[in-house]
Amino acid sequence: MIQALTFYVFAFFTVVSGALVISARNPVHSVLFLILAFFSSAGLFVLMGAEFLAMILVVVYVGAVAVLFLFVVMMLDINFVELRQGFLQYLPAGVMIGLVLLVELVVIVAGHAMAPEAGTTVAQPIPPVDEISNTQALGELFYTHYIYLFQAAGLILLVAMIGAIVLTHRKRDGVRKQRISDQINRRAEDSVEVVKVETGKGI
Amino acid sequence: MFEIGLSHYMTVSAILFTLGILGIFLNRKNVIIIMMSVELMLLAVNINLVAFSADLGDMVGQVFTMFVLTVAAAEAAIGLAILVVYFRNRGSIAVEDVNMMKG
Repeated sequence: MIQALTFYVFAFFTVVSGALVISARNPVHSVLFLILAFFSSAGLFVLMGAEFLAMILVVVYVGAVAVLFLFVVMMLDINFVELRQGFLQYLPAGVMIGLVLLVELVVIVAGHAMAPEAGTTVAQPIPPVDEISNTQALGELFYTHYIYLFQAAGLILLVAMIGAIVLTHRKRDGVRKQRISDQINRRAEDSVEVVKVETGKGI
Repeated sequence: MFEIGLSHYMTVSAILFTLGILGIFLNRKNVIIIMMSVELMLLAVNINLVAFSADLGDMVGQVFTMFVLTVAAAEAAIGLAILVVYFRNRGSIAVEDVNMMKG
């Protein structure tokens, strides 16, 4: 009973904030509703017993990705009213395609049936929660069976980081920066001149 | 109704995925909203993966969800970086002008 109630609350907020993400007038509000959607689905993840992923969703998504979106929305000086033109123009076709897709998906969900051997051939069974926690079970998989994939995921993040830096980095004129090699290469004879000054005269 | 099973989570995920696609259709000009719609769709996929993982008692679904999350974070970072560079060059983020980039 309490589980059903919690599910409906989280599912309701996930769906409603998802709808508001795509329909909010102000993109800042869109990002905030995206954060609410992530938060509510983290609640759904907890309900399904995936605590670690729920925490990852809150920390990485709400804490990093959504804030990155917010940062970009606020940094760029964009006329959002202009960008919203065509919203109503695309509305009928979009809603129609969306409805068709939704009906198809719901037909699949309602009519699906599991193969009888589906539950018996699991690759990595979930250990009992009172013995091994979800986080520990995931870690034991990541660092043993999936170590290469885990490393590849780290490599993807590294490439993304370097790519983002390379893309957004730019050289600007009129900015004085410290050039350490120039400083080290500087010799006394290049910069200091000994001038013989005759007595009684200035330079 | 009060017994929450796999199909409940699949329904939520289906609705969320549809909303993501609808967002791409409705906000054809605003790249930021389009990227947020993509994030919504990836979230729907993640909910589906975790639901099946919990239903079948298989840990691999959660492992896979983790990788999807990683790729989604990388995609958001690169996409926003491209967006910032594009805005710097063009002064707007209207997507229909992007075809000027083709050779």
